[in-house]
Formats: sequence, C-alpha cells, structure tokens
Amino acid sequence: MAYEGVPGLVETREAFGETTLVVDPARLVEAATHLRDDAGFNLLADIAAADYLGWAELGVAGYIGTAGGRDLNAPGSQGFARRPLPKPKRFSLSYHLLRVSDDPARIRLQVWLDDGEAVASVVPVWPTADWHEREAYDMMGIPFEGHPNLRRILMDDDWEGHPLRKDYPIGGEPVRFSGEE
Amino acid sequence: MAVVDRSRAIYEGSRIPSPIPTALSPNPAEVPFDDILTVNFGPNHPSTHGVLRLIVDLNGEQVVGISAVIGYLHTGFEKTMEQKTWWKGVTYPARVDYVSFQYNELVFVLAIEKLLELEIPRKATWMRMALCELVRIHSHLVYLGTSALEIGAISMFWYTFRERDLILDLFEMVTGVRMHTRYFQVGGLAEDIPQGFYADARAFCKRMPKAIDEYEALLDDNKIWLERTRGVGLLSADDAIALGQSGPVLRASGVDWDLRKREPYLAYDQVDFEVPVYHGGDVYDRYRVRMDEMRESIRIVAQSIDRLEEMQGEPWIADDRKVVLPPREELHTSMESLIHHFKIVTEGYRVPEGEVYVAVESPRGESGVYLVSDGGPKPWRVKFRAPSFVALEATASCMKDVAIADLVAVIGSLDAVMGDTDR
Repeated sequence: MAYEGVPGLVETREAFGETTLVVDPARLVEAATHLRDDAGFNLLADIAAADYLGWAELGVAGYIGTAGGRDLNAPGSQGFARRPLPKPKRFSLSYHLLRVSDDPARIRLQVWLDDGEAVASVVPVWPTADWHEREAYDMMGIPFEGHPNLRRILMDDDWEGHPLRKDYPIGGEPVRFSGEE
Repeated sequence: MAVVDRSRAIYEGSRIPSPIPTALSPNPAEVPFDDILTVNFGPNHPSTHGVLRLIVDLNGEQVVGISAVIGYLHTGFEKTMEQKTWWKGVTYPARVDYVSFQYNELVFVLAIEKLLELEIPRKATWMRMALCELVRIHSHLVYLGTSALEIGAISMFWYTFRERDLILDLFEMVTGVRMHTRYFQVGGLAEDIPQGFYADARAFCKRMPKAIDEYEALLDDNKIWLERTRGVGLLSADDAIALGQSGPVLRASGVDWDLRKREPYLAYDQVDFEVPVYHGGDVYDRYRVRMDEMRESIRIVAQSIDRLEEMQGEPWIADDRKVVLPPREELHTSMESLIHHFKIVTEGYRVPEGEVYVAVESPRGESGVYLVSDGGPKPWRVKFRAPSFVALEATASCMKDVAIADLVAVIGSLDAVMGDTDR
C-alpha cells in the first residue's frame, strides 16, 4: 500500500472503492502534513463528524426495531438483518482529501474520539479547515485544540447543546423568550 | 497541460489572513483605530444573496477588515434526514441549494446507489445529465442577473430571468413542478420523459446561445461593468486550493479542475465539451468562466437529447423490486407488487452498512455528500459538502484594496447560496 508511511496509521480500509486511513488522533497533524506534502493531497474538501452513540443498539434515532425481528407494538419497524459492526469510540471525524493534480485521487482520513476528547486543529495545514472545524464543534461538540477562532458557526452563540448529536432531542426544544428572562 | 498554471502569478505570496484564515482584521500599524468605522452589513440586505451578514471595518471607503457571520438560514436538514427513510430523504437535498436544486438531489441519489451497488439504466443516466446541465444554466443565469443587478446593471436581471423561465418551463413539463423536482429516484427517474420534451429542449438549445450573445453585448462592451469587475477580488491559484475552493472560483484562478473531466460520473466521459479556465482570478474572470460554462452546458444538453431520442421505449428506472416502486398498473393485478409497494412506502428499503463520500461538479463547485448507513432503512448520518459554505471562506482573502462598493461585486462573484451555506 502506498499509505504505509502515514504517521500514526492505525488501520487502512477499502470499501465501495474508497480508501479510509484511520490514524491516531494524537498524531493527526503529522499525518495531515505528510499527506499534504508527500502524497500531494493539497485540497481538503470536507470535514464530516458523525456521532455513533447507540450504534447497533435499539431504540435510538428513530429505531424502534428489535435485533431479533419485528416489534409488534411498533408497526412499520423491523430489526436489523444483521447487527452493524461495533465502532471503536463515540465520534468519528472524517477528513475528505482531494489531490488536485494530473493524477487525481481521493482519500478519507479518519480519527475516532470519545465525548469531550480534543483533537488538534488542522487549520495550519489546510486553512479551509477553519469553518469546517467550527461546524463540527457547533454541531457535534468536538473541541479542536489550537483552532484560532473556535466559536459556534451555524447556531446562536448562546445555544445550548450540540444539535447533531444523537442524544439531542428532536422536537420539543425549550421555548425561549418565555418572559422569565 | 498542468492542472495549476503558475507561470502567470496573480500576486506574490499568500493573502490568506493569519491567524484566522476566514477573517481579516485591521492592521493597527497601517490604520489608526480611531479611523475605523465598523459597519454591520446584512443579514437583511438585498445585496447579500439571502441572509449573509458581514461585519466590515472601513477606513474611509476602503475595506480593512471583514468577517462573515452565517447560520441565519440553518434549517437542520441533516438532522431531519436522519429521521426519514432513505426513500423520503430524497425530498430534502433539493431544498438545500435551492438555485441548483437538481445537483444535491443527484449527489444524494448517487451516494445511495453507491451503497446499494445498484446499476441504473442508461436512459436515466443521460436524462440526469441533461437536466443537471439545464440547472447549471439556470444557476448561472441567476448568478448573472443578481450579481449584475447589484453593481448597477439592472436590465441584466430581466433578460436572464426571461431565459430562466424557459428552463423552469422545461422542468415543469418533465416533473410537474418548477423547482425542487424530486425527479431523480434511487434507481433512475421517477417518471418517464414526457412527449414533447425533446422538441422543446432543442428549441431552447437553439435560442440560448443567442441570449448569451445578448448578455455579452450588454456587459462585455460596458465600460462600467469592466471597471467594476476587472482586477477586483483577486485570489491566486495556491490560495484558492488552500481555501478549498472549487468550481468557477477555482477555474477563474487558473486551475484546470472540473470533476466532470477529472473524475467522470454519469456519462460525462461520453460527451464532448471543454472546461473554460481563466487566469485573472478576479470578478471578471469568474463571470467569464460562467458565461463559457453556459455555452458548454448547451452543447452537453444537445448531445444528451440526441442520445435520449435513440432510447425511446427503454426503461427509465432499474428493475430492482426491493428498492424501486413497482409500476402502478401492477398493483391491481400482482400481490407481490402490492406487498413491495407497501413495504417500500411504509418501512423503506434497507441500505447496506457502510460510509461513502460522493462528489459532483455543481454550478458552485464540488457538491458532495457523506453518508453513513447502519444497514437500516434510515440514514445514520448525512453530511453535505456545501460549495457555498467553502466559497464564503474566501471572502477575507479577496478583500485586498477593495472599496465598500466593490465588496458587493466580490460577494456576488463567489456565488454563494445561503441555503447551501447554512443547510
């Protein structure tokens, strides 16, 4: 494999024609710098955070099925055909890299994080990471160390909670301007 | 030819502000603090293409500091789509980027098909391509009309919206609605192509080049337009790549990069078209790129119509009853079809476990989607890579020696759609 020299490489996965490099979060910036300078991935297309709280469990995020089969009390639900594979930690951060050159290539650089676990910012490597990291912080509550301006970006500055987390309630948000302010 | 042409440098070094790459702060050594006037621009301002808010530091007329505030149109599409089945989720992406509505729908559908490893019929592929290129023209017309309007060329708006209406008429004919069509279905198209579409699309392809000539006659000989756009809002190739730019903004900075050529999807490897590249990196070159792209899109639409006409009577959707709704008439005669219909509509189809990232070249650049499936009937995570979001990151870098009046021209040339930015 061409990516064996990536610092802190934990695992390389190939699926659906896409390559995923899972790296140690402590060495993320090293790995990112290596991929940019030595492998030519000069464009960071996207940073996608995902919350795997309740992954492969029952009754979260709209799942009312049971692993064994259909839940008769919840029409329209059905269990998994098979249980999804467990994930190492709660959050994943996927950096979608693109090589803008005559030899185009895409790669997914991935780190896994627990709740509240900080990861180093890649803004010094790719300046475009600025807003992407702010979005991941805003929506998922992932703290980025060394980010120059880590504030909420889509929600209000004084918003409570991180809306795209799986434990964030859907519907029934607390009413503001209730006269108690 | 190399992808990045560095022989003609737009400016020396990098203009990306430091330490915050997306916010320009006034330099106290150059501008005394007392001379700075801070102005709040937007979010409810007609020149901000929706609800963009800019906090602008002015020294006289000169912009010395700028930072963008977004989120006023945040609608939580990604969260909502986690609660809907894959089948119902197709309705949402078109609302994300409401000016190039067909592209997010396309990228979402392509990503699901990638997870399902589903083959789609060639008629659907070519029709998707024809409609997407029509939407590219539509989007560039809206760009041209609004951004010219904002710097004073008011009549452009009426002319571009005249042709825009013809495109929307074509969409109404095919899908029944003018925007947010939900015409792309996992497996192909929602309905067959109606009679008369080919003739009307051909008539449009015949008319549109003349219309573009008219726009160019109005703008390219217009001294005010040229002076307002040339040399304004510069962005070099290296800065554009570092800031993750894509689409016309990148191509106007001298980067020969188009996903339709570099990573062909649909049937783009079978059509003949050129990728316009300009080297000025200014507002004018971004306008030139979009004008040339409209002409190329017309060529692609015409070639697609030629191919589609040979495919009369072919299926427009894959024949996979676990994913695709059965034909309506079968519901009256076939028990299996009735069951499949019921299952798909109520429970939805299952998508194999996995994660994919799919990107297409939308009018604004790389429009991507990252999907995670846990093997159930609903997406676990949907994340859109919004080209407008990324384009607005470049505002601070484009603001060297820009006056407040040019600010609007620069923002217009980045062509950000706030629905796409805030999702």
